[in-house]
Amino acid sequence: MKPASFAYIRPETQDEALSALAEHGDDALVLAGGLSLGAMLNMRLAFAETIIDINRIPALNRIERVDESLRTGAMVRQADALKSADVSEAAPLLRLGLQNVGHYQTRSRGTLGGSVAHADPSAEIPLCLATLDGVVELASQRGSRRVPAREFADTALSTIREPDEMVEALHWPIHTGAGVAFQEIAQRHGDFAIVAVAAVIRNETEFSLGFGGVEGVPRVLDGMVGGSVEETVGAFVDELDAMDDPRASAEYRIGVARHLGVQTLRQAQELAT
Amino acid sequence: MSAKFEADARVRVNCTVNGKRHTGYAEPRTQLCDFLRHELHLYGTHVGCEHGVCGACTITLDGRLARSCMTYAVQAEGAEIGTVEGLSEPGTLNPLQRAFSDHGALQCGFCTAGILISTTYFLADNPMPSEQEVREMLSGHLCRCTGYEGMVRAILSVAGGGS
Repeated sequence: MKPASFAYIRPETQDEALSALAEHGDDALVLAGGLSLGAMLNMRLAFAETIIDINRIPALNRIERVDESLRTGAMVRQADALKSADVSEAAPLLRLGLQNVGHYQTRSRGTLGGSVAHADPSAEIPLCLATLDGVVELASQRGSRRVPAREFADTALSTIREPDEMVEALHWPIHTGAGVAFQEIAQRHGDFAIVAVAAVIRNETEFSLGFGGVEGVPRVLDGMVGGSVEETVGAFVDELDAMDDPRASAEYRIGVARHLGVQTLRQAQELAT
Repeated sequence: MSAKFEADARVRVNCTVNGKRHTGYAEPRTQLCDFLRHELHLYGTHVGCEHGVCGACTITLDGRLARSCMTYAVQAEGAEIGTVEGLSEPGTLNPLQRAFSDHGALQCGFCTAGILISTTYFLADNPMPSEQEVREMLSGHLCRCTGYEGMVRAILSVAGGGS
């Protein structure tokens, strides 16, 4: 289908983008790679009076180490992150997650920030960020603020971003250990995950286990290594309020989450030791 | 300075397609695939699902693969675009196109333009791919005639300069 009409603004600097958002934010959508928003506009599931295209703001393409985090600008392309030595070293979980994001073709233009801002319940990038307890950096003319990734999405496809704000960067707490694992079940590789699970082990003693595609937003279990993996994961998964839709029933999602959760956490633990 | 266009504006778009400069007009909502076809009369790029799934409209945009149905023509101002028309001279086939023909890798041809663009980009990025990597790359395209076996054989036959 063809999208409904929209006005178009293409800022060349972050300041211009923030000024456009301050003026039009209530009726505007920010266009990053367009791999999610483009589809929604074309199918008329999303409407905007104004589209603010942030593809030509070079400052948003950077990957850099800042303090104890890897900071990735909102417009870092998924394909570039997948090839980045910094990502492999400092955020190996993201690298694993990215291998499941869309297809070779869509990763070429799809962005990290766009995926987090879109907040699809089954998306791998926000799941990895939440599992690592990362941070979303938001900017507006009122100033910038940092929000824990675990609090950023409030329901499916909805975040706490204010209308005049944009995602400027993501902060990935540096985790260099081998103890990371990522698994998902989808109808075909590259399709939207029915359930995705990310695991990270810290200091061989603590773990975080994140579940995507089960509830409307990623849900993360933090715990200590040791004890029965089945019981720990089972108790957490049983409390989840799973989505029920034509792709998969709530019951099926819970079953997959339990199985995949146990498997993924075990895998991360084995790799960590 | 921000570029800014009203919703009903008729925007002049200048871009380079396959090394040749083009100018056309588009509304902000005009998809790049429609601009290529209806404004620039380059009909090689096909339009399938229009939501980024089928891959028929895949082009290169400033050195990246793009679904031209989910890119808007106004975004292409000043851009370098590559489409299937740029792969060989009219009436001739490049080695990849020849291999597609030899291996029965196409039937109706609807998906082929996008697959040739993706494959050309992919082989530049990864000149000696494994069969698994080729299959994974092809998973970003839908073909409803022949299946993918012929394409896999065709691509592997030209990869790494193979015969």
